[in-house]
Amino acid sequence: MTNPPKKGNRIPRQSAPELSPEARKKTFSEVSLGYTPAMAMLEASRCLQCKKPKCVLGCPVHVRIPEFIRQVAEGKFLEAARTIRETNALPAITGRVCPQEDQCEKHCVIGLKGEPLAIGKLERFVADYERESGAEEDIQPAPPTDKKIAIIGAGPAGLTAAGDLAALGHEVVIFEALHQAGGVLFYGIPEFRLPRNIIEMEIDRLKKRGVTIKLDYVIGKIKSLDELMIDDGFDAVFIATGAGLPYFLGIPGENLNGVYSANEFLTRVNLMHAWEFPEFDTPLHAHQAIAVIGGGNTALDAARTALRLPSARRVSIIYRRSSEEMPARHEEIRHAREEGVAFRFLERPVAIMGENGWVKAVRCQKMQLGEPDASGRRRPLPIAGSEFDFPADAVVIALGSGTNPLIAQDAKDLVIDPEGHIELSDADIQMTSKPGVFAGGDIVTGAATVISAMGAGKKAARGIHDYVMRSA
Amino acid sequence: MFNVIAKDELAPGVFRFVVEAPQIARKARPGQFVILRLNEHGERIPLTIANHDEERGTLTLFVQAVGKTSLDLSRLEKDQGILDIAGPLGLPTEIERFGTVALVGGGFGIAALWPIARALTAIGNKTIALMGARSKNLLLLQEEMHAAASEVRVATNDGSAGMRGLVTDLLDRVIRDEGPVHRVIAIGPVVMMKAVCALTRAHNIPTRVSLNPIMIDGTGMCGACRVMVDGKMRFTCVDGPEFDGHLVDFEGLENRLRGYLPEEQQARERLTGGQECRLDTTGAARSQP
Repeated sequence: MTNPPKKGNRIPRQSAPELSPEARKKTFSEVSLGYTPAMAMLEASRCLQCKKPKCVLGCPVHVRIPEFIRQVAEGKFLEAARTIRETNALPAITGRVCPQEDQCEKHCVIGLKGEPLAIGKLERFVADYERESGAEEDIQPAPPTDKKIAIIGAGPAGLTAAGDLAALGHEVVIFEALHQAGGVLFYGIPEFRLPRNIIEMEIDRLKKRGVTIKLDYVIGKIKSLDELMIDDGFDAVFIATGAGLPYFLGIPGENLNGVYSANEFLTRVNLMHAWEFPEFDTPLHAHQAIAVIGGGNTALDAARTALRLPSARRVSIIYRRSSEEMPARHEEIRHAREEGVAFRFLERPVAIMGENGWVKAVRCQKMQLGEPDASGRRRPLPIAGSEFDFPADAVVIALGSGTNPLIAQDAKDLVIDPEGHIELSDADIQMTSKPGVFAGGDIVTGAATVISAMGAGKKAARGIHDYVMRSA
Repeated sequence: MFNVIAKDELAPGVFRFVVEAPQIARKARPGQFVILRLNEHGERIPLTIANHDEERGTLTLFVQAVGKTSLDLSRLEKDQGILDIAGPLGLPTEIERFGTVALVGGGFGIAALWPIARALTAIGNKTIALMGARSKNLLLLQEEMHAAASEVRVATNDGSAGMRGLVTDLLDRVIRDEGPVHRVIAIGPVVMMKAVCALTRAHNIPTRVSLNPIMIDGTGMCGACRVMVDGKMRFTCVDGPEFDGHLVDFEGLENRLRGYLPEEQQARERLTGGQECRLDTTGAARSQP
């Protein structure tokens, strides 16, 4: 294989092959096909190998990016995988779902004059290569510490912490409320963005490291934190229960049939296979005109999922600001446009109109942009008298979520902020006000990204390790 | 996997299952429910925990075979397994000394009322169980209710047992003729709970109802079970399943219970080969809570 010595911008950023919009828009197959080894090496050769790499600072888990990129450029893909795994337990997942344009790639120096290095695509390539090569992980777990750690929630924060703690020699048990591990990776992010076998593989990898996963286990209900620590002898607990109750708009008509939270809509399809009803028992109506409210990644996931349902004829995203302010990843927006999702900007729903108990239309109001608000984005202002009815037979509300009350209801000694998030008493180690109890991810920060939850999981793992070893 | 260790048919199409679930049995309280999934292709459905035996590590669940999943479940036999059971979910019933408590159960709702009756009687309440069903053979748990409650009255639509009429007629009579009723707990079809609340509102008697909306995760994540209570959106799985009946938007609940009737019909026909089911399929008869 050739390894061109040319550096920097003379080689354009390599785009990874994708299924064509026509081929993909009615299937749940993964859209992006990923690099071939030759493409990966070519792309990696664009890296300038900065002495003080800024990309690493943009990464919540500080992957040693220049190092693994160099290994890719040299064709040492399995070595690259080991480099990534030193700090990132789930590279096949983050390579697919991280908002790289706001993180590592945002800081890439060659991005100043041209297109930044495709760090995310390379990470994904390395992880896929490693998986497909069947290379056994060469891990030497630390000697057993005789310490037991309970992790509540098998989502990105919990899985990451579990991997790190198991590697340090602790006995780790994850308690998951659902019948499936993975959390939002499984119920939230659709198959065409993150194939299920990749999540399953990462979970298997943890199990091989000795992590136990108990499903159908709703901590706060079946056991309290105190029971875990006092009766079951866990030396520390990490609460990683994720985001909770979905937000609704608080407008008339939200309880009509055909109105879903994005969580419900995505859970029915992703976790419960409703698109395969009646092969699977969970149904979803044969909606034809679906309106998705919101502008984040979840809204895009819901819209693109809706488009793939056999009954769907028209899928629209209604967003109250303009395309400039959309928080979703650029790639998702591009994919959604290519597949035929219609974007309606500067409109906001003021009521959902019904007929015989079912959704018939979304009453929208037109907006215009005013001065920047606290988020730095221009504030959308309603235009008086601009209401109109947009026909739809389903509405999916993707406005984020609040917090889940189950743990807090059951542990009165945890400090909870007015919005229900768990407060940390020591943010450097993710420890809560309750000794030995740590927390991280969306339950602490409110809804954020997979990688930031993983970052919190890593930090918590270090904090937990220090805590249990100190009290040894 | 959770093993079925006993099963019997209490009334046509109504089954009692005893399943092994020691961890849940240890924590279950009256009023709570579990979410179960039968197999890899199954849906997640809520079922009231009608009894729990901490020593034997078992839960008693009742199921009325009306939909595809409840039909599948009703065909499970002893020593077969249920793939997933999660719980105990929801907030337990408040068990306090209220004085005289009327427990109004309609049809399948009687099963959910039974553990509440036992707990309230045990701490010294006078409990009057008012049980209603269409017909005598559909009356559940008569013996058990006699053992659990201080008094039992029965009404059937066809007069085949107890008074001919509605369970709300019984309640009306108790309120008018038998001195103060301090609290009412009503569990049954939505029309029944609505009628009970209309009656108790007029008499200013605090009334709890246990709701049975469609659920998926049962832990607050999806919002499918939302219901308006006192003008505010509440999630039945984490805020309920019991609410102040005088504040519940029953029309909204009824509408959402009708949300999947066509699909339920389709799934059932597929299962039964198109033979129509003899059982009631209105939302009122859905599996509980």
